[in-house]
Amino acid sequence: MQNKSTSFQHSHRWKISWIFILIALACLPFADLAINTFDPLTELGRFFFALLNPSLINIENPLDAILQTIAFSFLGVALGCIAGFFLALIYHWRIIQIICALLRAVHELFWALIFLQIFGLHPITGLLALGIPYAATFAKIYAEIIEEGERNAYENIRDHSDFISTFFYARLPDIWNHFVSYTSYRFECGLRSSAVLGFVGLPTLGYHLSTTFLEGQYSEVWALLILFYLLIATIRFWVSAKLIPLYLLISPFIISNDSTISFSNVTRFFTQDIVPAPLKNNESFSSLWHWFSDLLFNEALPGILNTLLLTQITLVLSGLFALLCFPLISKLFFNQFERSIGHFFLVIMRSTPEYILAFILLTLWGPSMLPAVVALSLHNGAIIAYLIGRYSNALNIHQNTLRGLNLYFFEIIPNIYAQFLAFLFYRWEIIMRETAILGILGIATLGFYIDSAIADIRLDKAMVLIAITALLNVTVDMLARFLRTRLRLKTSIDCT
Amino acid sequence: MIHLKSVSVAYQSKTALSDITLHITPGQKLALIGHSGSGKSSLLKLLYEKLQQQSKSCTFIAQDYALVKHLCVFHNVYMGQLGRQPTWYNILNLIKPLAKPVTDVSEILKQLQLNDKIFEPVSQLSGGQQQRVAIARALMHASPTLLADEPISSLDEVQSHWVMELLCSRFESMIFSLHDVDLALKFCDRIIGLDQGKIVTDDFSKNLNRTELLKLYAE
Repeated sequence: MQNKSTSFQHSHRWKISWIFILIALACLPFADLAINTFDPLTELGRFFFALLNPSLINIENPLDAILQTIAFSFLGVALGCIAGFFLALIYHWRIIQIICALLRAVHELFWALIFLQIFGLHPITGLLALGIPYAATFAKIYAEIIEEGERNAYENIRDHSDFISTFFYARLPDIWNHFVSYTSYRFECGLRSSAVLGFVGLPTLGYHLSTTFLEGQYSEVWALLILFYLLIATIRFWVSAKLIPLYLLISPFIISNDSTISFSNVTRFFTQDIVPAPLKNNESFSSLWHWFSDLLFNEALPGILNTLLLTQITLVLSGLFALLCFPLISKLFFNQFERSIGHFFLVIMRSTPEYILAFILLTLWGPSMLPAVVALSLHNGAIIAYLIGRYSNALNIHQNTLRGLNLYFFEIIPNIYAQFLAFLFYRWEIIMRETAILGILGIATLGFYIDSAIADIRLDKAMVLIAITALLNVTVDMLARFLRTRLRLKTSIDCT
Repeated sequence: MIHLKSVSVAYQSKTALSDITLHITPGQKLALIGHSGSGKSSLLKLLYEKLQQQSKSCTFIAQDYALVKHLCVFHNVYMGQLGRQPTWYNILNLIKPLAKPVTDVSEILKQLQLNDKIFEPVSQLSGGQQQRVAIARALMHASPTLLADEPISSLDEVQSHWVMELLCSRFESMIFSLHDVDLALKFCDRIIGLDQGKIVTDDFSKNLNRTELLKLYAE
């Protein structure tokens, strides 16, 4: 009988990794991967060539677009932050956790599509589309920060003072830094989300990006992208604690508001539009069931399958890309100058909203899964590469005889692999949310069916499909968390 | 005020205290002595819980001080009496220290020779200074009963003496754990010796002598 310690055994992480790779390979034949445009390379070339002469000539009011983007993100994130804080205080109730998970599972763009039906292009659409999912995310993270903070002082004085004073004196000062660092990270995400909301009609950068890109005005596209990168890169110069109240005060005045909310619209949405058609027409129960099963099998199921296919392939590719690229910013492989180039490349990939990357590639290569896979893998791979690169720089590697590939495979990879898997599984649920959304751009994931339903003014079908997307997302999230616990992987709050 | 009869306490299947029978009346100054791990902290926590169950106001000084490191000395000491002021007053004071609280806190800090550090962040103080801040907070709270877990462990000999004098004059009843047998004999009227979670000595100080008590620390 073989003694376990004398025969070589692969770790659980090895086995899990290969399971995921095999799943992705199995998905490949079913995924519609193709380039459908006539002359993709020429168009791609023309696109990159335009980088050499960016111009803003054809855009009406670029400064306004930028201000709108900033204003929406400030107000949306602020709304989410405050609501999230109060939710965090009651987060220990299970029902709140479930509600927040469902709210988080619906992407900002889907929220925007919903609110567009209710409020039209009124700014509240954008504010709620950002505020609601962000509030749910803040709730979860703030609750974790509060939970993991030091309690000694709090325990000591809680019996002889009220809750609010105790909280502000004994708990808040120690966890304040965590709040600030996470909130400022979220603000950067908010700028990206705000820009992307322009793709569905709100007056932010995304609106101009989509119009100029579809008209082939690539010089303008690059100008807008460069402005956007500059905006994000200079955040720490124009966002300071003292100025934030000022920004919040003037934002409502910047946001263009030339539309009014029609309350008849609002009531009609809730009482008629989202009521399933068979119920509205007083048809029989079997008719309702027929409507539902038809929706399920003809739209939801293919949408779910395509979303999952795309997610699994993207997950593995992102991981490979991250493992390949993280050395670019690691002290162990490159010097300061080389690392700064690596940083620059990763920052561009990270900061470009995945929706914009996908949009560009999908327009250049046609509506298939290939551009979506490439765009999402580049974006998420860059994020994970950055996190792992930073992690590897903090490691204490004593070995200094190994070089190059030997160093990489024998020393670095074994030391970072656990953390790498933790980050990858954390991104899994985000990747799934993004693949669902990309359906709006034409590929057959859940977003495609949702967008079609809205275009057909079948809001009842759209709501059911959005609910199904949310449930799928929550399932993937639970699976990811289960795997992380089983493999004993931990991510700290600061490195999301 | 506290009556315990054959109480045992265990944490995760490890017995911390066994068969504790203890009767404490108000107005006593009681010292717990015994080497580390003998159950002093557990007994103090138990007594604190009992007093809270009886809704009696009491002050606790923890072994690790339980201060808020990111706040300054003033705010930490002020926290001793948060319950005596309305919430809005507390929050206002947190944002900008108000004149009256600053005066009150200064009075106490002067007695502990810490007044020059009143607005310094606690994280930048030494261990002994932090311990005095914790003591100042207890003085601010000013309830009739004090429970303290090694309240002078980080103070030097001279400081230990006058801090003990200060505490004894301010609190009507005191229960605290100590390592220094001489201080225990000097300042307390009753001494309880613990060994491996059991009470092995329980007598008035005038009936005990130094040599007997030192046996508790011998292996």
